[in-house]
Amino acid sequence: MKKGIFVKTAASVVAAAFLWSGAAMAADQIRLTGSGASFPAPIYTTWFKQFSRANKGIQVNYQSKGSGAGIRDFINHTVDFAASDAAMNDEEITQVKEGVQLLPMTAGEIVLSYNLKGVDSLNLPRSVYPGIFLGKIKKWNDPAIVAANPGVSLPDKDITVVARADSSGTSFVFSKHLSAISPEFKNSVGFGKTPHWPAAAKLVKAPKNDGVSATIKQTPGAIGYIEYGFAKMSKIPMAKLENREGKFVAPGLAGGQAALAGAKIPENMRVWLPDPKGADSYPIATYTWMLFYKKYKNPQKAEALRKMVAYCLDEGQKIADRAGYIPLPAKVVEAVRKASANIQ
Amino acid sequence: MAKDHQSVWEGDDTLSRPATPGDRLFDKLFQGLTFTFTLATILLLTYILYEIIGKALPAISNIGFSFLYSTTWDVNAQQFGILPEIWGTLYSSLLALLLGGFFGVTIAIFLTQDFLPHRIQVLLKNIIELLAAIPSVVYGLWGIYVLIPLIRPPADYLHGHFGWIPFFSTSLSGPGMFPAALVLAIMILPTVAAISQDALLAIPHKTKEAAYGMGTTRWEAILRVFLPTASGGIFGALVLGFGRALGETMALAMLIGNSNKISLSVFSPADTLAALLALNFPEASDYEISVLMYAAVTLLLITLLVNVAGAIIISKTGSGINR
Repeated sequence: MKKGIFVKTAASVVAAAFLWSGAAMAADQIRLTGSGASFPAPIYTTWFKQFSRANKGIQVNYQSKGSGAGIRDFINHTVDFAASDAAMNDEEITQVKEGVQLLPMTAGEIVLSYNLKGVDSLNLPRSVYPGIFLGKIKKWNDPAIVAANPGVSLPDKDITVVARADSSGTSFVFSKHLSAISPEFKNSVGFGKTPHWPAAAKLVKAPKNDGVSATIKQTPGAIGYIEYGFAKMSKIPMAKLENREGKFVAPGLAGGQAALAGAKIPENMRVWLPDPKGADSYPIATYTWMLFYKKYKNPQKAEALRKMVAYCLDEGQKIADRAGYIPLPAKVVEAVRKASANIQ
Repeated sequence: MAKDHQSVWEGDDTLSRPATPGDRLFDKLFQGLTFTFTLATILLLTYILYEIIGKALPAISNIGFSFLYSTTWDVNAQQFGILPEIWGTLYSSLLALLLGGFFGVTIAIFLTQDFLPHRIQVLLKNIIELLAAIPSVVYGLWGIYVLIPLIRPPADYLHGHFGWIPFFSTSLSGPGMFPAALVLAIMILPTVAAISQDALLAIPHKTKEAAYGMGTTRWEAILRVFLPTASGGIFGALVLGFGRALGETMALAMLIGNSNKISLSVFSPADTLAALLALNFPEASDYEISVLMYAAVTLLLITLLVNVAGAIIISKTGSGINR
């Protein structure tokens, strides 16, 4: 009796499985899979969701695993496209025999968030913030910080620096900027996805953007670097940074767009803004890229990908600011649109 | 009751019958199945070891033993050393074992030596075991949002007044060894408490009666007779707890500060092997993966050594249950 029930259940389960897979196969769908950078992941997932809704029959899956993992997946051909904050270097590009088309899709800023009771606005000069991250400037009432913030009473408190513990594009962009403006930083810490931060008692590392922002929030006297969108969402105060022209600029849409405007997009679409020009530019901004093959076996897939890029350029840019990213300048949108024709 | 009992022996109502061919087949199949699963587990472990060591080989041959005693971890310069992480792993686990072990064994005594009505004992036992069901990441968040603000004032006081003691020589900036060890202690508490309880419950009734018969007070009996008798099991509990603490990842990655630093101070940030692995894998390049595998092999070896040491201690002291 018992056996009978078991057999029946098993049979119905198997039958259901067949039916289900049959149904899935019947719908003629194009599935695009991508993986990579976590920095633009929130806006990408929104874009892809809206894109799939607008284009029945195309489904886009994006896994935010980090830029490095995305590039690896891309080289191993386990995905249709990838995304990376550090673009792709020449050595990596040569490993893809179909050719690689890099397309900047959005841009972001990295902000210095801090936790100081009663200090709503903080100016950090170019000579100071590399010093803080080098562990050279240890107190909030350091004369160099006080001089840049007239009228603000800064406490006699230790500065606790919060850095990223995991390897990340955010660290890459931030340390690249610090290396560009401070030779000392370049020589002792250097830039990369895991910069060699000094081992100090007042430097702690936390995983991911959420970990860093939570640690800043819970630690009086802390300062750390996170993405603008994240700081905006979690409402942590952000410091104004001194740019190349000596002006203190707050992070946000205006400063970010000014920073992007100063850079020309080259043929290979790989452009860095380690220290953007312009009086109104916020100093730490960066593009972030999607990576495509130049040749796809399935032409339908290539067409779907081109459609996806077009959607991100036309509709996607509209929501960028609200999501905490910088919309691409019109010139860049056109350049990307032209380059996207290379995806075949 | 008696009638039921008789019916087994009378007439053809008997429950016992010779095994049918179906039963025998089932028996054989079941035996085969269990054997296969056992074998599969061992094979799986071997395969995992093979994978890890195989992937670690390039790094092992390249860095050699200096990996274990050098202190730099600089991906850009391709210099790797894990002494701070080995130190952090052992130090945090040891602190957790001291705290969690003490409380775990105390709880076990409290819950097994008839201090409470039986029902409340069962209730408390289950509640403590529930601690094991809380996800690691929740412990981490709880540590950041609740525990760290809570321990900040006492930590500042200790650093301010007893800063000359090496254990308190730095001020607590937030994440660090102390909050990490506290959370770790809570995480190993259920393991230690549950196994210690079993060990204490397994003390033969005769031993208990003999102890009280000799005229001991309750505390004399517990400290002089029951604890030594159950010591084997309690040691086992501590070893398991220590093993769990060594491998714990997410909560530590969130709380320990992940700083490449060796310090006796419990308020200083530190790093552990498991946290290092978890945080660096996703973006690692090929060679870095090999280096991380080498670190994983080291962690495996440490855990193995701890377990072997534990097994030796248990066999030397002898399990209270067997005596």
